[in-house]
Amino acid sequence: MILVFAETNGKISKAALEAASYGANLAKQNNTSCTLVTYGNNNDLNLFAKHGINKILQASALQNPDSAQLSKLVVAAAEKENASTIIFSHDLTGRAVAPRVAARLNAGLVSGAVALPEANTIKVNVFSGKAAAYVEVLSDKKVISVMPNSVGITTIDTSINIESFNPETGTAKVIVKETKKNEGEISLPEAELVVSGGRGLKGPENWGMIEELAKLLGAATACSRPVADIGWRPHHEHVGQTGIAIAPNLYIAIGISGAIQHLAGVNRSKVIVVINTDAEAPFFKAADYGIVGDAFEVVPKLIESVKKFKAAAN
Amino acid sequence: MKILVCISKAPDTTTKIAFTDNDTKFNESGVQYIVNPYDEWYALVRALELTENSGGNVTTITVGSAADEAIIRKALAIGANDAVRIDAVPEDAYYVAKQIASYAKDKNFDLIMCGKETIDYNGSQVGAMIAELLDMPYVSLATKLDVNNDTATLERDIQGGTEVIECKLPLVLSAAKGMAEQRIPNMRGIMAARTKPLTVIQPVEAPKLTAYKKFTLPPAKSACKMISPDNVEELVNLLHTEAKVI
Ligand SMILES: Cc1cc2nc3c(=O)[nH]c(=O)nc-3n(C[C@H](O)[C@H](O)[C@H](O)COP(=O)(O)OP(=O)(O)OC[C@H]3O[C@@H](n4cnc5c(N)ncnc54)[C@H](O)[C@@H]3O)c2cc1C
Ligand SMILES: Nc1ncnc2c1ncn2[C@@H]1O[C@H](COP(=O)(O)O)[C@@H](O)[C@H]1O
Repeated sequence: MILVFAETNGKISKAALEAASYGANLAKQNNTSCTLVTYGNNNDLNLFAKHGINKILQASALQNPDSAQLSKLVVAAAEKENASTIIFSHDLTGRAVAPRVAARLNAGLVSGAVALPEANTIKVNVFSGKAAAYVEVLSDKKVISVMPNSVGITTIDTSINIESFNPETGTAKVIVKETKKNEGEISLPEAELVVSGGRGLKGPENWGMIEELAKLLGAATACSRPVADIGWRPHHEHVGQTGIAIAPNLYIAIGISGAIQHLAGVNRSKVIVVINTDAEAPFFKAADYGIVGDAFEVVPKLIESVKKFKAAAN
Repeated sequence: MKILVCISKAPDTTTKIAFTDNDTKFNESGVQYIVNPYDEWYALVRALELTENSGGNVTTITVGSAADEAIIRKALAIGANDAVRIDAVPEDAYYVAKQIASYAKDKNFDLIMCGKETIDYNGSQVGAMIAELLDMPYVSLATKLDVNNDTATLERDIQGGTEVIECKLPLVLSAAKGMAEQRIPNMRGIMAARTKPLTVIQPVEAPKLTAYKKFTLPPAKSACKMISPDNVEELVNLLHTEAKVI
C-alpha cells in the first residue's frame, strides 16, 4: 500500500497533483493501491480520481495544523492503511513533516526524488543540482518526498472513495498569526517563466523594464544574491545555492555573470536565455539562447517583440 | 537563553564536483571544507545576536570526524561559546538526528537551530527529525526570528507571500536567507576560539536508514545558440516555435 500526503486548501496545487501521480505510479509499479491523506474540508477531492488515487482519508476536523500534528495524522493513516511507502511533496510543508514521519516510523527518507524508484534506488539531485545520486532505502518502510516540477502529472482514471478520518493529533503549538500577500506577484518557486536581473542592471531604478517584461510574459521576477544583499530587490527573489532553487520552463538571466553558486539554483530550468554585454560571461556556457548586448538596449527591444508576439497570438 | 546550533561541514561552493570508486564516492581530494552556509550565516549569527541582546549561551554541535574541528573552530571564532563534536561519520540523516537528539534530550535548550539544508546532499531532513525525536515543535525555512520571554516570533516565505508565526519555546527550526547577515570573524575571535571548550563525545547506537549507491554528473549542455542584439524578434520566435516555452 502506498500513502500520499497532500495539502488541499483552496485550489489543489500542482505539487499536490505531482505527489499523487508519483504515488499512483509507484502503486502501479508494485501492483498495489494508493490512498491519499489530507486535512481541511475541500469539496473537490474527486479531482484525484483522474490521477490514480483509490481512496482519500480526509481529516476535516483539522484546521491550521502544525508539523507535529500532521506527523501524527500521517502516521495514523499509515498504520490504518498498512502503508509500505509514504509520499510527500518536497515543499515547505513536506520539508517539515516528511522527516518527522520518517523519524517516528524508523523509516529511511529520500528527499527531493526526481524519478520513480529503479532497481531499488531513487534518483535525487545533490550538490545543488551539480550531480545526481541514486539512494537506497535500507529500512522496510520508506518515505519519499518528490521534488516539485520534476516528475510530472499523469492521468490514471480510478473511482475514488472519500472517508472522513480524524485521529487524535493534539493541539497546534506553532500558530500562524498573520499572512501577508505579495500583491499581484507571481510566486517564484512555482513559476513556469522567470525573468531575473543581476548587478549588470546598475541600480534598483532600472528594474522597471524587468518587471514590464515579466508582466507581459506572465513570469515571476528573480535576482542574483548581491542584488538582494544590497537591497535593490527583496530577499525572497534571491535564487542560487544560498537562496532558493527553481526549475521553471524558461529562465531569462539579464546582467548576471553566471557564478557557480548562482547556477546551482537555476540549472534545472528547462530553457535558459542569457543577455549580457560580456561574451565571455560564464552564464553562456549554461544557456540555450544567448544575446551579447547591453540590457538597456536589448530588453526594451525584447519587450516590443513580446508585445507583437502576444498581439499576433490573440 | 540556551541555544544549540547544528553545524555541518560542506564542500566550498566553488568545488569541482567529481566522483571516485566507480562513481560511488564523492572525490574529496583537494576539496576545501567550509561551514555549511545556512548554518553559519543564518542560524549561528542569529543565535549570537539573540544572546548578545538578552544574555545566554550558544553551543554548536557537529556530528563528524576530527577533521571537522577546523570548521568548528570557525564557528567558535564567529562567536559561539562552546562546541560539541560527536565522533562519527555522518552518512545518514536519521543517524545524525538521533545523535543530536540524544545529546540535547536532558539539556533544556530553549532553541535548537539548523540550517535550511546542507549544500552537498541537500536533504533538508535533520532538523525536523530532531524535533520529532524530542517531541518538540518545528518551523522549517524561517526567514526571521525574534524571542520575547518564552515566545518566539518567526516569519517564513510561503507561496506568494509571508507568514508570521508564534510558538512557545522550546522550539526547533531551520534557518533560511533573511534571518541574519554573514559575519566575518575578527582576529580577537580567532584567538579566543583556540581556547574555547570543544567537547568530543562518543556516538550512541543508531541505525543508518539510507545509502548513496551511485552518483552521476549531468549530461553536458549543447552549445548556446547566439542571437544578434539587432534581431531580438528571432529570440521570441525561437522560444515559441523551437523551445516551445512561450
Ligand atoms: C558561499 C557563496 C554562496 C553564494 N550563493 C549565491 C547564490 O545563492 N546566488 C547568487 O546569485 N550568488 C551567490 N553567490 C555570489 C556569486 O559568487 C556571485 O558573486 C554573484 O552571483 C554575482 O552576481 P551578478 O551576476 O549579479 O553580478 P556580477 O558577477 O557582477 O555580474 C554582472 C554581470 O552583468 C554583466 N553586465 C554589466 N553591464 C551590463 C549591461 N549593461 N547589460 C547586460 N549585462 C551587463 C557583466 O558582464 C557581468 O557578467 C555566492 C557566493 C558564495 C561565496
Ligand atoms: N553532521 C551534522 N552535524 C551537525 N548538524 C548537522 C549535520 N548534518 C546536518 N546538520 C544540520 O541539519 C541541517 C539540515 O541538514 P540536511 O538534513 O543534511 O540537509 C543542516 O543545515 C545542519 O544545521
